[in-house]
Amino acid sequence: MDALLQNFFNYQVYCDVLPFLLRGLWTTIWLSLLVIPTGVLSGLALALLSTQSRSRTVRVLVAVYVDLFRSFPPLVLLILIYFGTPFLGLELPKVVAVAIGFMFNNASYFAEVFRAGIESVPQGQMEAARSTGLSRLQALAYVVVPQATRNCLPDLLGNGIEVIKLTTIASVVALPELLRVARDAQSLVYNPSPIVLAALLYLMLLWPLVRWLSRLEHKGRALP
Amino acid sequence: MQQFIFTFFNADIAARYWPDIVRSMGVTIMLSLAVVAAGLLLGLALAIVRAAQKRALVLLVVMFADIMRALPPLIIIIVLFFAFPYIDLAMSAFTATWLALTLVLAAYAEESIWAGIQSLPRGQSEAARSTGLSWWQSMLWVVLPQAMRLAVPPLTNRVISITKNTALGSVVALSEILNTAQAASSNAGSPTPLMLGAAAYLLIFIPVVLFARWLESRWRWKR
Repeated sequence: MDALLQNFFNYQVYCDVLPFLLRGLWTTIWLSLLVIPTGVLSGLALALLSTQSRSRTVRVLVAVYVDLFRSFPPLVLLILIYFGTPFLGLELPKVVAVAIGFMFNNASYFAEVFRAGIESVPQGQMEAARSTGLSRLQALAYVVVPQATRNCLPDLLGNGIEVIKLTTIASVVALPELLRVARDAQSLVYNPSPIVLAALLYLMLLWPLVRWLSRLEHKGRALP
Repeated sequence: MQQFIFTFFNADIAARYWPDIVRSMGVTIMLSLAVVAAGLLLGLALAIVRAAQKRALVLLVVMFADIMRALPPLIIIIVLFFAFPYIDLAMSAFTATWLALTLVLAAYAEESIWAGIQSLPRGQSEAARSTGLSWWQSMLWVVLPQAMRLAVPPLTNRVISITKNTALGSVVALSEILNTAQAASSNAGSPTPLMLGAAAYLLIFIPVVLFARWLESRWRWKR
């Protein structure tokens, strides 16, 4: 019990490392604010291509892209980009490598979410919108996509949570987000308390979102 | 172009490191299978416990599921591997990765199966009980078969994304594909082994993704 308090919940260590960890938490948050919107937008674009394009080739290409990145571990993608591009004579800054890796990976996941959302909007919505004189693009922007987004809101939130959790892999390329900072602090104080504190900070950030997601999913099921 | 192929797809280097990569594929596959089997079973058990509706137990299951869904898997692996030895609970890299991913998968599986159980009309279990089946029998023969079917689409996605997370084991030096490929890559001073590793992942997971798509379309609930 004493060993547990000493090594996992050491108050003195907590006080010492908290300022560093908060800076790491801030990095995690702005990194998420960078990669989630880019993922959502590129995913929406892919979903529109796969559901609206009249060209079979385009639809097949999008499906291949989605399946390819669904079967590729994001950490492998990140390492490939970060350690592979220097051989092309291209030294990418860490943030850029992370942002590119996340965009490729997230686009495929958000595309699947939006595709399900768009397919859940009845065909009549589009036809009615067109018959009022809206162009195809206007009908998509003002009628179909807003309803699709509402229908897939729980999945969007769920994916967003996954992306925030995934930012931990940026620690592998030494981007100073929360997990990286905690591990550096651990090796400075010879005590694993900083990692446990980081886990607690992740819980504080993500638990409310997980609860919110559970409520959304519950509400979704109550509908006829 | 010649230069590009020589750097990224160097046949000599590929031939030298191919056996290592194949061996590491075995580790990744073993780990994935162990995680899927243990995670799904634990998740199923937790969902059944929750369905028994004992307040204290329900609270514990919900807490467990919430925490495991809120924590990033990488930090769970790191806590198990780097922090637990301080309280005399040292474990191998394989065990730490397996345990962490199993707990995470169990949490998601519990949620999906529970959602499936909940969405069944109450009449199903009431009718089963009224025919004289015990609580266990009605659970096993009537409720779960239908609930599992509803849980398949969300579960296939989850299983895929969690087995892909076996790559996280590289952070604690587990010699799965990514770690082996990275080590070989820095040994050879060439990204070719990394490309081999990437190909190995595609070789394993593309069939899994295609199988999942087939399963989803086959098991889609017919209303």
